[in-house]
Amino acid sequence: MHPLQTIIAHQWRDLSRNRWILGYTGGFLLITELLLRIGGGGPRMFLSLLNILIAVVPLATGIFATVYWFGAREFNEFLLAQPVARATLFLGLYIGLVAPLAAAVGVGIGLPLLIERALDATTAPLLLGFALAGVGLTAVFASLAVLVCVVLDDRFRSVGAMLLLWAVLTIGWDAFVLLAATTLSDWPLETPLLVATALNPIDIARVSLVLQLDIAAMLGYTGAVFQRAFGGWGGISAAAAILCVWAVAPALLARRAFERRDF
Amino acid sequence: MIVARGLVKAFGSRMVLDRLDFEVPAGSITAFVGPNGSGKTTLNKALLGLVRLDAGRVTINGQPVNGDVATRRQLGYMPQRACFPEQLAGHEVLALLRSIRAAEADYDGRVCNALGLHSFLDKPVRVLSGGQRQRLSAACALVFRPAALLLDEPTAGLDPLSAAVFKNLVREARDRGAAVLVTSHILSEVAELADRVIVLLDGRARFEGSLATLAARDAAGSLEGAVLDLLASSATAPAA
Repeated sequence: MHPLQTIIAHQWRDLSRNRWILGYTGGFLLITELLLRIGGGGPRMFLSLLNILIAVVPLATGIFATVYWFGAREFNEFLLAQPVARATLFLGLYIGLVAPLAAAVGVGIGLPLLIERALDATTAPLLLGFALAGVGLTAVFASLAVLVCVVLDDRFRSVGAMLLLWAVLTIGWDAFVLLAATTLSDWPLETPLLVATALNPIDIARVSLVLQLDIAAMLGYTGAVFQRAFGGWGGISAAAAILCVWAVAPALLARRAFERRDF
Repeated sequence: MIVARGLVKAFGSRMVLDRLDFEVPAGSITAFVGPNGSGKTTLNKALLGLVRLDAGRVTINGQPVNGDVATRRQLGYMPQRACFPEQLAGHEVLALLRSIRAAEADYDGRVCNALGLHSFLDKPVRVLSGGQRQRLSAACALVFRPAALLLDEPTAGLDPLSAAVFKNLVREARDRGAAVLVTSHILSEVAELADRVIVLLDGRARFEGSLATLAARDAAGSLEGAVLDLLASSATAPAA
């Protein structure tokens, strides 16, 4: 087996038995099941699920990835003393971190829908969209967390930086965009609004999913702009590509720093 | 054989390794002794390729440690503190290393037996005691029969019986031709295990030679007295 596969497999084994990951999976299972029983699988249920996904996944992933990275630091140094290239080790650790977290979201949301037979021709693509958004946000925030950990090299500062990043991307960014849109309401804001959305991975995931829920009309003019940009397969592909860039770019920067730094 | 030539490493303005030269011949045990902050940890990391040296090079059997990663297949490492993934069982940790090192042929199961690992190899690391973790760590270093061994405070946390078994295994490794480098604060352990000693202070080797030569520096022939005397005299008269 290639060392990369070996490292991913050992990370998977370690994290799939981790109590926190099991609780994270259980939490999503419970919430989805509750929402299914209350909302009955309609658009409102999916909207509630969307809000939970958007709020929980970035925060949980960012904090867990940071704490886990520092917890495993000494063993990772031990692995660096083995015949394995730094780039291979980094990639293995990163994929091995993202995969169980993403699986937790996928299982937590998907399993109740499958068990309750809540999937039909309308909701199946929605579930796929939720799964992609969940995996995408997990990959993005794991990348950001790993980059912060490698660069700052301090557990508490890294956790603080991730909390700040989450607050900025979840609350601060929207507040800034809203303020700018209100202040500059006389100007054509179509393009800047789209750019502002594309610059925030949480917004891009949210907008992509909202557009699938047929409630974009409730967003008025903004919804029409988003529908034009991100509606249809072309838009979904563009949103997925942007999320990929958000996941890959910090991971590449982190890998570069990991390869060059002293331990 | 481990050969270090002109090792220089500074963190900011602080020189941690200062033109350090030494050799650890094959089939010998060399101990590094020095106070806290003398550069032992950085030296260990340099030998493992974990820190980038500002100058100098380290080779194991003629191959640089910072070159081809396969060189590190020749190296067995036991860190001061045994840290493993909490949810993995001991046998999974060993299997991980076997796979990474592609070392099926070198795997020596007798080491696990000698260290008494079989009673807890199936248990997750989180339930193991500190001593059991340290024994697992010792096995990770020794089980692949490496050409060079790097042991950082190896018997800290081991009970006397396990420490004795461990020392015998290290001597066996030396006898089959491994170059063994031990970092330790415990001078009695150094006296018991090492053939040669290097005293490190401020990133420089202040003494390199046999234990008998070092002990002869003290009127009473005490190793501890000799090291203290050496450190005190080095502090007032820096080596050239």
